[in-house]
Amino acid sequence: MEIHSDFQQKPKIMTNPKSNSSAYWKKNLQTLIFLLAIWFVVSFGFGILLVEPLNNIKVGGYPLGFWFAQQGSIYTFIVVIFIYVVRMNKLDREFDVNED
Amino acid sequence: MDILTWTYLLVGLSFALYIGIAIWTRAGSTKEFYVAGGGVSPLANGMATAADWMSAASFISMAGLISFAGYDGSVYLMGWTGGYVLLALLLAPYLRKFGKFTVPDFVGDRYYSNKARVVAVICALFISFTYVAGQMRGVGIVFSRYLEVPIEWGVVIGMCIVFFYAVLGGMKGITYTQVAQYCVLIFAYMVPAIFISMQLTGNPVPQLGLGGSLEDGVPLLEKLDGVLADLGFTEYTSGRKGMGDMLMITLALMVGTAGLPHVIVRFFTVPKVKDARLSAGYALVFIAILYTTAPAVAAFGIYNAINSTSEKELAALPAWVETWQKTNLIQIDDKNGDGKVQYLPDPKANELTIDKDIMVLASPEIAELPNWVVGLVAAGAMAAALSTAAGLLLVISTSVSRDLFKTFKPDISEKKELRIARFSAAGAVILAGYFGVNPPGFVAEVVAFAFGLAAASFFPVIILGIFSTRINKEGAITGMIVGLVFTIAYISYFKFIAPDLNNASHWWFGISPEGIGSVGMLLNFASCYFVSKITPPPPAHVQDLIQEIRIPRGAGAAQDH
Repeated sequence: MEIHSDFQQKPKIMTNPKSNSSAYWKKNLQTLIFLLAIWFVVSFGFGILLVEPLNNIKVGGYPLGFWFAQQGSIYTFIVVIFIYVVRMNKLDREFDVNED
Repeated sequence: MDILTWTYLLVGLSFALYIGIAIWTRAGSTKEFYVAGGGVSPLANGMATAADWMSAASFISMAGLISFAGYDGSVYLMGWTGGYVLLALLLAPYLRKFGKFTVPDFVGDRYYSNKARVVAVICALFISFTYVAGQMRGVGIVFSRYLEVPIEWGVVIGMCIVFFYAVLGGMKGITYTQVAQYCVLIFAYMVPAIFISMQLTGNPVPQLGLGGSLEDGVPLLEKLDGVLADLGFTEYTSGRKGMGDMLMITLALMVGTAGLPHVIVRFFTVPKVKDARLSAGYALVFIAILYTTAPAVAAFGIYNAINSTSEKELAALPAWVETWQKTNLIQIDDKNGDGKVQYLPDPKANELTIDKDIMVLASPEIAELPNWVVGLVAAGAMAAALSTAAGLLLVISTSVSRDLFKTFKPDISEKKELRIARFSAAGAVILAGYFGVNPPGFVAEVVAFAFGLAAASFFPVIILGIFSTRINKEGAITGMIVGLVFTIAYISYFKFIAPDLNNASHWWFGISPEGIGSVGMLLNFASCYFVSKITPPPPAHVQDLIQEIRIPRGAGAAQDH
């Protein structure tokens, strides 16, 4: 049994890229959770759940809740994707998993 | 020149352009046919994705849908854009790294099972066919309305055009045609929107005009709320749908968007993982231009329509009302005989019926724009319908030639596979055309169907396939079947078997058939998880595959087996 488990342990040189990629994956998941939270809040939060209280605030001719539901959430979605692009490009280089 | 001449001219020119591009980009290999050789730049791919995505329904009907739904229409706006966030963050980069051609490819390899692959192919075919039938009908309607030919002829002409560039060019031809189609459709959508926004609010940007003020200084939305409330309708900026239903429909549309095979496959065409992320961002920018303009067109349209008809003398109605009465898209019936038009919520007293498509179709006339703009809108609507139909047909033909044929006969030559792909594309065009001429009578319902099915079948197993190493083939197959069967059963029950029960008091937990895909998705997730728990984990080579797709390095060009 012991010999077997020793045998399964990989040499150090192999574990390095492995831990590297799991650290990368962890950072990736953190980024995703943060960005998906924004995605959720602007659409389901401001656009639907909180739409009535927000509609009491007027921005120009827009009730704010209505603005989030028909305009603001869409603009935020675009920003979320581009933050993701920039952040992931940086992470790719940092953890040396980039393509070029 | 009159409207019809302009329409023939502009539509003809745009068709010549598409066919020219198709000949120039003829596909020579299966790789070019399926994923355009994997060499499309992220910007061009973003534009093509946007054209692929925005159908005749987005172009012609969405604004009108929002006109009458007001705030409730937000489910479409958020649902059909928010899905791209899920696509960019959770699917596109990993599927690009995976590096094959189709969604069933991924399901089959990740779940190491041809059974899973076949279930995925069936899901893909089902979703694509329900969706494409509606598109061909849309093509026919656009043709018949603008070119004054019967709908059947419209479908046949549309089929010939799509046939030409989908069969000949494959994904390569389709992609570059879609880039051109995007330019045509967005220009056609924006020109009338900008002019109407200027006329009503003095602001040339429709997105700002919607929040702008009318000539008398009252904000447009406030005025519209007031006008509708006076007539007895719900205020424009408040909703009638229950909050739970709003949440469920929005979720189903978002997740459905991210699970549609013809959208996912677009991200296989870019060279790198990096490009797949960026391309999803560009796609959403191009989509958002139309999707943030649509609510403005919606509000301008309903305001203009009420303002120029309600309580007006029958003899003094504007010219566009008369023009569109001929097509039955506007119907006026002076029931109380007072010589004026009353627009009221009570169907017995209401004298004005407006088809939702009017808001976009009649917009050039409402804004008193020159005749060539009408021709332009026709070309735009055609571009929207054709680009979506072509994208779907490609998914169907790929599913048949690659996922079915090649799985069971892996040794066929590339040349033969390409020929089978072309034949199945041709077959799909003819079948879709048949449905376009003889619509199954539920064209309006197919959208709910396609999105619900995509949400309930693909999305969970792809997500779990990437983010969990424990989910196995037993779980995935069970999940897809449970999600699909539940969603089909619920929608069919309320749409076809017992349509008279289709109201909030009979729905489960107040969830409409449009939103039930969300529940199907949750059931899929749950059953997939539990079945995987009690069955053995995936083998080592699959674990390695998952680790491999999680990091970008090493993504070569899209590979054949």
